[in-house]
Amino acid sequence: MAISRDDVLAWIRAFAQIIEENNEYLTNLDREIGDADHGANMNRGFKAVMTKLPTLETGDIPSILKGVGMTLLSSVGGASGPLYSTVFMQLSKTFAGKEQLELADWCAGWEAAEQGVQMRGKAVPGEKTMVDAMQPALDALKEAVAQNLPIGEGLRKSADAAHEGMLATIPLVARKGRASYLGERSANHQDPGATSTYFLLDSAAKTWANC
Amino acid sequence: MKKLINKPEDVVLEELQGIELAHPDIVKVFYDPNYIVRADAPVKGKVGLVSGGGSGHEPMHGGFVGMGMLDAACPGAVFTSPTPDQMLEATKAVNGGAGVLHIVKNYTGDVMNFEMAADLAKEEGIEVESVVVDDDVAVKDSTWTAGRRGVGLTVLMEKIVGAAAEEGRSLKEVADLARKVNAQGRSMGMALTSCVVPHVGKPSFDLPEDEMEIGIGIHGEPGRVRMKLEPADKVTEMLLTPVVEDLPFKAGDEVLLFVNSMGGTPLIELYIIYRKAVQMLEAKGIKVTRHLIGPYITSLEMAGASITLLKLDADLTKLWDAPVKTAGMRWGI
Ligand SMILES: Nc1ncnc2c1ncn2[C@@H]1O[C@H](COP(=O)(O)OP(=O)(O)OP(=O)(O)O)[C@@H](O)[C@H]1O
Ligand SMILES: [Mg+2]
Repeated sequence: MAISRDDVLAWIRAFAQIIEENNEYLTNLDREIGDADHGANMNRGFKAVMTKLPTLETGDIPSILKGVGMTLLSSVGGASGPLYSTVFMQLSKTFAGKEQLELADWCAGWEAAEQGVQMRGKAVPGEKTMVDAMQPALDALKEAVAQNLPIGEGLRKSADAAHEGMLATIPLVARKGRASYLGERSANHQDPGATSTYFLLDSAAKTWANC
Repeated sequence: MKKLINKPEDVVLEELQGIELAHPDIVKVFYDPNYIVRADAPVKGKVGLVSGGGSGHEPMHGGFVGMGMLDAACPGAVFTSPTPDQMLEATKAVNGGAGVLHIVKNYTGDVMNFEMAADLAKEEGIEVESVVVDDDVAVKDSTWTAGRRGVGLTVLMEKIVGAAAEEGRSLKEVADLARKVNAQGRSMGMALTSCVVPHVGKPSFDLPEDEMEIGIGIHGEPGRVRMKLEPADKVTEMLLTPVVEDLPFKAGDEVLLFVNSMGGTPLIELYIIYRKAVQMLEAKGIKVTRHLIGPYITSLEMAGASITLLKLDADLTKLWDAPVKTAGMRWGI
């Protein structure tokens, strides 16, 4: 089995739902070390995506993902707008011409997404950003592809790795984004962007568990 | 939360509608994407100045659109950077053929969104330059952070650079002038209370009744140190000393002293701070030749103040004095 167009749509819907449910949680994390808007930013973006989705549904996987990326770019703002937009645009580019996705495709897409985010935000791992969840997830995906694991299993491992990466941001001192203004005071708090990135991968793992 | 709003999600829209009704002689307001341009835009042959940022800092930036200042402003959601589509439309609307300057406050979100907008505008054949304002001395050691934030100096830059563009200076001259202003100005702010972002509904940080936060930005982000409340003179020292030492401002310098309210602090208190700041500067042989006092770059209803110093020369002074007609700043007309 592989990830189909309908599976991709289901994943986007599932993530939009998770973001809505965790709006306050993400905003609260951002209140600790940022400006209390990460949940609101993401929720505004994925509400806009949900409104737009009916017009995207008929397209193929790359065009759906591109539509999501463009919608996020014009609705989110903040740091997470261009960064999450980059994630979806990079996935779209990597999946050009694909009718369905194997784990190796997803891994290649995620690698492009990770590189895109690093290029746009100039953050490297260890600076307490969403990159700290993206990077371990990518490593886990590569390993899963090398071991020829089923899609669901590989995705579960990548979501778990993102979860660990998210928790590992807690002791870090932020060096990028708003949290960096706090200096040492940013330590002992979990990064909001790494948290939403974990949700993104966790909803992929859950939605595509049996693909 | 106690606020004079209707629905949190309508705050920015309804504010824009109010601005449109109040100042049709000064600005035009566009929706979806949201941006404000001066009523006579595009001004042929003049460099267009575009700024923007999260809402909640009124009168900045929308209140600074008009003759002698900005050509356009892009308001984001409260405390959130606007998006590239707004910036692109604003850039196109004010391009009078002499190019467009983006004035960007140094926040990760603002910088990334303006970068993407500048790329898109260039693809459409518009000459765009960008200047990043980063005057906040509260943020130290910029290699370990996202760099200093753009705060009070933004207001002074928009006025001075706006006057230069109005005079007909070229895009390169205007951009260089903006960089010079950025190099010669510094700021620092403090808070007595937090503020409440409308869609969040509770204070951005908790600040006990007898404490203050030194080194805050303009988005309700916590500052660098929290301490027991001190009298105004002591607080003025805590803000002004790092500002003076950072540039450093020296004996013989002529400066513009800007004492800004974060929104909730009344003018009566700003004058107390201004008085102490002038006394301190005079004691160091620094001469205050121009000033600005009032709420110009605010953080919603936050109580607190910031001090900005800008080193002046004959050109900057002349540009500061030049006529300006905006909703938030008006003289010489
Ligand atoms: N340079 C960067 N590279 C990668 N991720 C970043 C960078 N800067 C910030 N982030 C991520 O963005 C998250 C914050 O997103 P949020 O939606 O709160 O935007 P913001 O920084 O508040 O934007 P704005 O300042 O305009 O409000 C952080 O938790 C972090 O994970
Ligand atoms: Mg934030």
